[in-house]
Amino acid sequence: MNQIKKQVKHPLDDLLRIDRIPHIWCPGCGIGTAFSSSLIAMRESGIDLEKTVMVSGIGCSGRGAGYVNLDSYHTTHGRAIPFATGMKLANPELNVVVFSGDGDLFAIGGNHFIHAARRNVDLTVICVNNFNYGMTGGQVAATTPLTAKTTTTPVGNPDTPFNLPLLAYASGATYVARWTILHTRDLTESIEEALLNRGFSFVEVLSPCPVNYGRRNKENGIDSLKIYQDRTIIRNDAQPWELDIDFDRGIVLGKFIQTERPTCTDRYDNTCRPKEFIEGEKGLE
Amino acid sequence: MKPAVLTGEHFMTGDVACAEGALAAGCRFFGGYPITPATEVAEHIAGRLPEVGGTFIQMEDEIAAMASIIGASCAGVKSMTSTSGPGFSLMMENIGLAICTETPCVVVNVQRAGPSTGLPTQGAQGDMMQARWGSHGHYDIIALAPSSPQEIFYLTIEAFNLSETYRLPVLIMTDEMIGHISERVVIPEAKKIKTVSRPGPKGRKDRFKPFEPGANGVAPMAHAGEGYHIHVTGLTHDERGYPVMTVEAQKAMMAQLMGKIQRNLDDIIRTEAYRLEDAEVVIVSYGVSARTSLAAVDEAREQGIKAGLLRLITVWPFPEAQIRNLAKRVKGFVTVEINLGQIHLEVERCAAGKAPSFLVGHPGGTIITPERVVEALKESF
Ligand SMILES: Cc1ncc(C[n+]2csc(CCOP(=O)(O)OP(=O)(O)O)c2C)c(N)n1
Ligand code: SF4
Ligand SMILES: [Mg+2]
Repeated sequence: MNQIKKQVKHPLDDLLRIDRIPHIWCPGCGIGTAFSSSLIAMRESGIDLEKTVMVSGIGCSGRGAGYVNLDSYHTTHGRAIPFATGMKLANPELNVVVFSGDGDLFAIGGNHFIHAARRNVDLTVICVNNFNYGMTGGQVAATTPLTAKTTTTPVGNPDTPFNLPLLAYASGATYVARWTILHTRDLTESIEEALLNRGFSFVEVLSPCPVNYGRRNKENGIDSLKIYQDRTIIRNDAQPWELDIDFDRGIVLGKFIQTERPTCTDRYDNTCRPKEFIEGEKGLE
Repeated sequence: MKPAVLTGEHFMTGDVACAEGALAAGCRFFGGYPITPATEVAEHIAGRLPEVGGTFIQMEDEIAAMASIIGASCAGVKSMTSTSGPGFSLMMENIGLAICTETPCVVVNVQRAGPSTGLPTQGAQGDMMQARWGSHGHYDIIALAPSSPQEIFYLTIEAFNLSETYRLPVLIMTDEMIGHISERVVIPEAKKIKTVSRPGPKGRKDRFKPFEPGANGVAPMAHAGEGYHIHVTGLTHDERGYPVMTVEAQKAMMAQLMGKIQRNLDDIIRTEAYRLEDAEVVIVSYGVSARTSLAAVDEAREQGIKAGLLRLITVWPFPEAQIRNLAKRVKGFVTVEINLGQIHLEVERCAAGKAPSFLVGHPGGTIITPERVVEALKESF
């Protein structure tokens, strides 16, 4: 009896706002797994957590910022990246992690994503891709597979979804990976690498939304996980243009890009600041 | 290398004076997007910020510009953006975020004629109600209206000070004429410029509640990276910053957001009177229109009309009490503004039938001449 009563601590308790649990995520939702992978990676990476900030937009995934026991900002729909850009440029010492959904980051916020990647702003962007707008009840997203059913494409999606890693690569991201919430170990490792990578780093996490996406596409939570197991191929050397979302042909997972180039802040300091200013700053140290 | 405060006498445009005012106030982050007639604010500060340790970024649009300055402010850096009508419209949602999250920042609107693309190079004062109500929901806002490059320099400093004191976005509602006119601007020595910075938290980090009002009714502000582990959201929240989806929480938060302004109206509201002591008719005006109204007052007096001018330096919150008091003793009001009746509606509301209220308006593109104002005074009274 005593043992049952004894409160069991979750290994991530110190990184969670325990006073905000229970969270809003539905049973079978994948966001929690993507979120805990992110927290584990933050801890394992050894980055200074007191200088680490989580920024989210709006959506089920966007609630991530509300549960992390670090400085955290829950902004407006689609605007987590420009908010994070201002924060990072204002204080380059901060590790700024954007945790948000596919609709938030790639439909309403798509323009911000490509520009932050182009500038190589030193951010880590984790996108929970559940192929739809979960929070508003399951509408079509820029990531919904062709012909999939959603509330606003009741007979099937007529449009082609984004290949997010290709978009990130083409825009200039210096770290690009894709995993599913079934591949937690790889996912956590990738997020850790992304956190340590200096530059714009992007990790896409395929994640079930059984309540809204699954229900309309004859896919319960377990089915989604089976699909993530059976219809995925890990190919770290795959070319970004081979990464279309097509469950019939199989979905390629892996770490696709890890490269170095000067960050937005590096370039600004070197190009825009007068030499005397930089030397003066150094002199002060 | 130039200092942050360009002490001395200059000949500069309102836009440039605005940028210099921001630097003198301690602004060290600017997220912008070009738009006539505000572009020169961004262009000027783009060259100046990197030499004083600040950062300029031209964002991909005004939505991003506004989001970026809120992010920068949350990181502890005073921040600003500038725009005109179309960009102001795009900034509205995030202006609401800054209000809800009590994030200090300054937004400059160098107004041009709208709606839509309107007259891009020609001035107007048509965004005054948008400044008041443009973001969704109910809220209080502070908006200042300078009437010269010299004044825009000082009011930009004032805008930062108010925004740091009360933790909210402060709007500078100027116009193309003031933005583009070149005049003498005297910049005092840095030590003579009063600047205010938001107070930080004191006491135990684990007990800190980021939205618990301090002694002056405004919460001290912790920044990202200071170890307070704060949560900040645009959802309705409690003093811890945690979302609470109840009617009671909404009431409490709104009382705090509005109360910090309503309790301090005397500190916030600034107006200037010209020949008002014995005036029988009161011209109410602001920005460039207040300038042209000055000549109208003198001319009207020459012609035997006892006119005076109440110049609004703070347009929002509106100086209600002043209009109410004047309404008890004057023959009437004439509001002069380059729109078809916005602040006029406020004057009419506050005069509350005690004195008639007339509009001298114009749909935009040019100033309202003193002659037109005098004509209107003669017709109305
Ligand atoms: C400007 C604006 N438009 C629309 C909404 C409504 N809205 C809230 S969440 C959301 C979609 C979220 O989708 P996604 O980012 O994929 O997150 P998910 O819920 O799927 O995790 C929308 C459209 C909003 N909050 N703000
Ligand atoms: S609606 Fe979908 S995405 Fe949102 S919490 Fe539920 S399962 Fe997850
Ligand atoms: Mg989604």
